[in-house]
Amino acid sequence: MKGMTIIVKTISSWVKVLIFLFGIYIVLFGHLTPGGGFAGGVILASCYVLLMLAFGREYAEENLSLPVASKLDCVGALLFAAVALCGLLYGAASFFWNFIHQEYLVGTDYEFNLVSAGTIPLSNIAIGLKVGASLFLVVLVLSMFRPEMSGNKED
Amino acid sequence: MTVFYILLLFMIIAAIIAVETKNLLGAVICIGAIGFGASLMFLFLRAPDIAITQIVVEVLGLIILIRACISRELTFISGPREFFGVVVSVAIIFAIFLAGIEVLKTLPDFGTPIFAQVPEAASQTYISEGMQKTGAANLVASVILDFRAYDTLGEATVLFTAIIGATVILRKKTKKLLEDPDQ
Repeated sequence: MKGMTIIVKTISSWVKVLIFLFGIYIVLFGHLTPGGGFAGGVILASCYVLLMLAFGREYAEENLSLPVASKLDCVGALLFAAVALCGLLYGAASFFWNFIHQEYLVGTDYEFNLVSAGTIPLSNIAIGLKVGASLFLVVLVLSMFRPEMSGNKED
Repeated sequence: MTVFYILLLFMIIAAIIAVETKNLLGAVICIGAIGFGASLMFLFLRAPDIAITQIVVEVLGLIILIRACISRELTFISGPREFFGVVVSVAIIFAIFLAGIEVLKTLPDFGTPIFAQVPEAASQTYISEGMQKTGAANLVASVILDFRAYDTLGEATVLFTAIIGATVILRKKTKKLLEDPDQ
């Protein structure tokens, strides 16, 4: 588990930044271009999976340890629920009400802007955070798991 | 239209190879071929959102599967199969197949949207008024995060539960935690 050869390490240390940036782009522009929170989150997770495969598990765990990843997961879920609950508090008092969008409705130039569509970018960010952290957690937990050999079970 | 049949044939052949091959790594790679074929199909059907999601999830799932099947002891199940089990599973699959044919008859024709037949369908509203009502240029995002956001909440909950289950089952100090809750 010490990682791969120096060629793979060098290339992946160059490429990891581009993959991470592409994931952030997919998440942030989810309401304008194809993609969205789920696909961008999986790309963010695959960036860390690339680090784990190339440099070994310990290196990836130094960058994003298991408690931090699980906290990010919970933050994403809570953010998504908070966006939904804000729709209940403000606006038309219904769950998942798009409460930010109504104030922009007067102007016409906001369309196709990065800041548009009300709560949809916020939900995209929340889902991207959640999906990325949780898929990285799956790979981390699966690679940490070693089946216990027989004879070791009783202690 | 021809490209769909070619892709479908490719995916069916890959699925048969994945089931029949003895090599575990080869079977995993065949599953990857099925996923990439499905991604190409979504791309030809002009659904780039699903194509991106499919190809990205396929890559990650393939990595996990290859990682899981390398350096594991392989167990092969051989010998004659049980007669009763084979008969029951073939009968169940045949019943599902017949029900599927009945369901497919009710679907609209390939390439025609449902609001061509049913004018008051909900998708008509999403397409014509989604831009004004949500402000999102990507209509798929406006559907999954505004009109049908409950679906996304359920999906996120399913993912959350799956991660909790995986973390709890695969943790290291299972027995120690049960014996000494203080640690």
